[in-house]
Amino acid sequence: MGFGRYVLQRLLLVIPTLIGVTLIAFTLTYLLPGNPALVKAGALATPEHVAEIERRMGLDRPVPVQYWRYVTGLLRGDLGESSSTGRPVLEDFRQRIPATLELTLASLVVAVAIGIPFGVLSAVHRDSALDHLSRLLGVGGVAMPSFWTGLLLLYVFFYLLGVAPAPLGRIAADVTPPTRILGLYVVDAFLTANARALVSSLHHLMLPALTLGFAVMAPLTRMVRATMLEILESDYVTAAWAAGLPRRQVIYGDALRNALIPVITLLGVIFGFLMAGNVVVEMVFAWPGLGHYAVTSLMTKDPGPIQSFVLFVAVMYVFVNLGVDLLYGLADPRIRLR
Amino acid sequence: MRWRRLTRNRLSFGALCVILAITLASLLAPWLAPYDPDDPDAEATLVSVSLRHPLGTDVYGRDQLSRLIHAGRVDLLVALSATAIALTLGSALGAGAGYRGGWVDQLVMRGVDAVMAFPAFILAMAITAALGNSIANVVAAIAITHVPIYTRLIRGEMLRIRETEYAEAARTVGSRPHQIVLFHLLPNCVPPLVVQATLAMGFAILTVAALSFIGLGIQPPQSEWGQMTAEGAGYVVSGEWWLVLFPGFAIMLTVLAFNLVGDTLRDLLDPRMRGVR
Repeated sequence: MGFGRYVLQRLLLVIPTLIGVTLIAFTLTYLLPGNPALVKAGALATPEHVAEIERRMGLDRPVPVQYWRYVTGLLRGDLGESSSTGRPVLEDFRQRIPATLELTLASLVVAVAIGIPFGVLSAVHRDSALDHLSRLLGVGGVAMPSFWTGLLLLYVFFYLLGVAPAPLGRIAADVTPPTRILGLYVVDAFLTANARALVSSLHHLMLPALTLGFAVMAPLTRMVRATMLEILESDYVTAAWAAGLPRRQVIYGDALRNALIPVITLLGVIFGFLMAGNVVVEMVFAWPGLGHYAVTSLMTKDPGPIQSFVLFVAVMYVFVNLGVDLLYGLADPRIRLR
Repeated sequence: MRWRRLTRNRLSFGALCVILAITLASLLAPWLAPYDPDDPDAEATLVSVSLRHPLGTDVYGRDQLSRLIHAGRVDLLVALSATAIALTLGSALGAGAGYRGGWVDQLVMRGVDAVMAFPAFILAMAITAALGNSIANVVAAIAITHVPIYTRLIRGEMLRIRETEYAEAARTVGSRPHQIVLFHLLPNCVPPLVVQATLAMGFAILTVAALSFIGLGIQPPQSEWGQMTAEGAGYVVSGEWWLVLFPGFAIMLTVLAFNLVGDTLRDLLDPRMRGVR
């Protein structure tokens, strides 16, 4: 099968999945108890008032009609309204996406920068102290709830050592955020050469990124270690040794490059981990991102944002997995045949 | 190699003991806990680790050890019921899809795809948010997100074994489909199911804890490990470390134990997976 046909086939598979995703999200938002009209009208509303709101929201129409309106609304970018901020959810999202994106990217950097070398080294020096340490961290990293990791880090680095800032957001209260370019404080501060904002935002990013990065690191290290071990024992590596190629070239040139291909398949899993972790870590550090917004609005009895958040994450997840499949098909032609 | 296998088994034996100990402590909570978990003591608020309160007390003076032991009941109960429900439902769906094939298979697998299109924790969040905070709803949420694990597993096994000789033999002697599936095919799927269920217990406990931590799961005054950590979270910045350290540690220890036992079971019961790690 050519790559073009593979792409097409994979793209077509996305459609039923997206329909399934919107059906589930629709069910959770509209069909379950906790009538949205009742929520919107408030506790003191009269039945007539509720009925009026129901009519306006189209809740008295047949379910398939409601679903159709829901989906067409989504396609227009209508994610509903937040009753706590009184603004369209999409607008609230736009404002908070950069915070989540910054945290996610920083955690990814942490995970990749520590996790991959760790996996490689523990495969190369199998059964060394380092290997044992990496396996311990691998097993522990999966079992540690990330809110706990975050709180422990806070205790040590904020309370005991005093080197981390209080968990109160993205930048110190007395520092003006940098001029908005991308919305990522660190990048914006760097681009506008705002040293004060750069230092403060990095300072605030440090612990959340470490917490989330640690949670994601474990599967990455395990995967790299396992594939690296497999490759180091393969025939072509033996051949490379026999040919007298330098050790460094064999390990870090040939073996590592091939070991990184299966890591692509992990990206989907990692994205899921990051999104789940984001919610929890944002709560610990009062990081003003999407997860924090969704959870705090829920506490004020406003279910709209959380359902939109879930839908948003699921749609992203579908496309991340699509991207993973395509990338993998590109990197390893055998996959396309399946 | 032998040394490694030995330590590995010793490690998983330890893990098994941890699981047994925690289960026992949960069962015997009312007798084991030194204090009433909900009993405040105005004289002893925020007491650190001491002889009278081995794990300290919280802001209301409630004994943290007692709360921790009682909390374990909720965590284990929720994880166990969710796993049992997901296993039953998932296996039934997987057996139907795999054995019948055709449109049943298509329908079930598209449903599974849709559920799996959500990151598990995020979907559990949405379900609890929609259904409301209660223990039963948390169980339902976790069960739903875990169903695909078993459905895919059993469907795969069914496709593999439905054409085997003994399945053929059962058909020849006139057994009905549900008898074949229930008495001849499903028993062969038990080993991988046990492995998956053990590993899923760890996930389930992490999910309950995280849901409760963000205020979506178990509600106070009922204690639960994640919810206890959440209550202690505000005190970390003022140095009351014991409120967070112990419940979090309990979560980690339990999850770790289930994961280790699950990994070892996989090595023992599923020879195909041996040597993969």
